[in-house]
Amino acid sequence: MYYIDPHIHMVSRTTDDYATLARMGCVAMSEPAFWAGYDRGSADGFRDYFRQLTEVEPARAAQFGIRHFCWLCINAKEAENVQLSRDVLKLIPEFLDCANVLGIGEIGLNKNTRNEAIIFQEHVELAIEHQQAVLIHTPHLEDKHQGTKMILDMLADHPELAPGSVLVDHVEEHTVKAVLDAGYWAGMTLYPVTKCTPSRAVDIIEMVGAERLCVNSAGDWGPSKPTAVPDLIMEMRRRGHRESLIRKIVFDNPREFFQQSKNFDLADPANR
Amino acid sequence: MNAQEILDQEFLTIRSKLLDIAAALDRIQRGDGDPADDARMELVSEAIDIVGSTQLHRAERIQLLFSRQYDQAWKSKFQLNSGA
Ligand SMILES: [Zn+2]
Repeated sequence: MYYIDPHIHMVSRTTDDYATLARMGCVAMSEPAFWAGYDRGSADGFRDYFRQLTEVEPARAAQFGIRHFCWLCINAKEAENVQLSRDVLKLIPEFLDCANVLGIGEIGLNKNTRNEAIIFQEHVELAIEHQQAVLIHTPHLEDKHQGTKMILDMLADHPELAPGSVLVDHVEEHTVKAVLDAGYWAGMTLYPVTKCTPSRAVDIIEMVGAERLCVNSAGDWGPSKPTAVPDLIMEMRRRGHRESLIRKIVFDNPREFFQQSKNFDLADPANR
Repeated sequence: MNAQEILDQEFLTIRSKLLDIAAALDRIQRGDGDPADDARMELVSEAIDIVGSTQLHRAERIQLLFSRQYDQAWKSKFQLNSGA
């Protein structure tokens, strides 16, 4: 089955990973801007990173017939540095017209601090000003529930941002309902140790339904598995779910969410 | 799938994961010292109680057990204005 991985950090992956993903059926992916494993020293470091996301990775993906899209921001971890964040926010607009940019992301909270919240709000305002979709990172482990509620509080302050243009990522059993009930899209991340397993993700699909729900691997520089979405496909098949339901989760849903971005176009491979 | 079929599929996985937890607790106990005062040991014990309970939504309840408290008044504590 062909699929879209809506959240994967390919700058940290090898060219062999692109080849494996293509063989597994990955036809498109989106890569949110994130922490690189170390704090960057200047806004220029982010300018180079944004060029990597908008020029280098799409070309690398194209070698394997995969469409690469991306999201731009300064991540929550480096957002603790407010001055650096504001310098990075200023250079984002010049990249918004690049052919593969879908919106602002992954913004969010990390340790749920005041500075992170200030920069989150400024990103939301930037997205509204430039009519961009938004992809949101929620914290891990003990910070997730609190951080997700704080994020929903801040989003509720901006009724001009349509809930359907926002995806709140890394939801789990204790956060998924609040996100979907507020009208946002939700993403489940299949990630070893700190996030969701394919079995638990399928449990969540069975409990809350498939509307506005996506899954991703978040494959990055840490312990992660870029082929986690095919693992979920296998688990859904093992439990006897309809192919049309599996396809909705791994292809139709992310495609529908991305289609709000003016830079997104992806023909259904079935109709090529 | 009915409940019996799911049990047939999941039984060995459940057994293996319970053994992993039991063995990890044994390993801690065999180590030097006693972390009984470590708040995480109490959380583990409460989580095991949730696993053993018969009410639904055990996974969600364990997630909430391991979560920091959300304070509705967080914005005023951070002295943040509400949006633009
Ligand atoms: Zn990410």
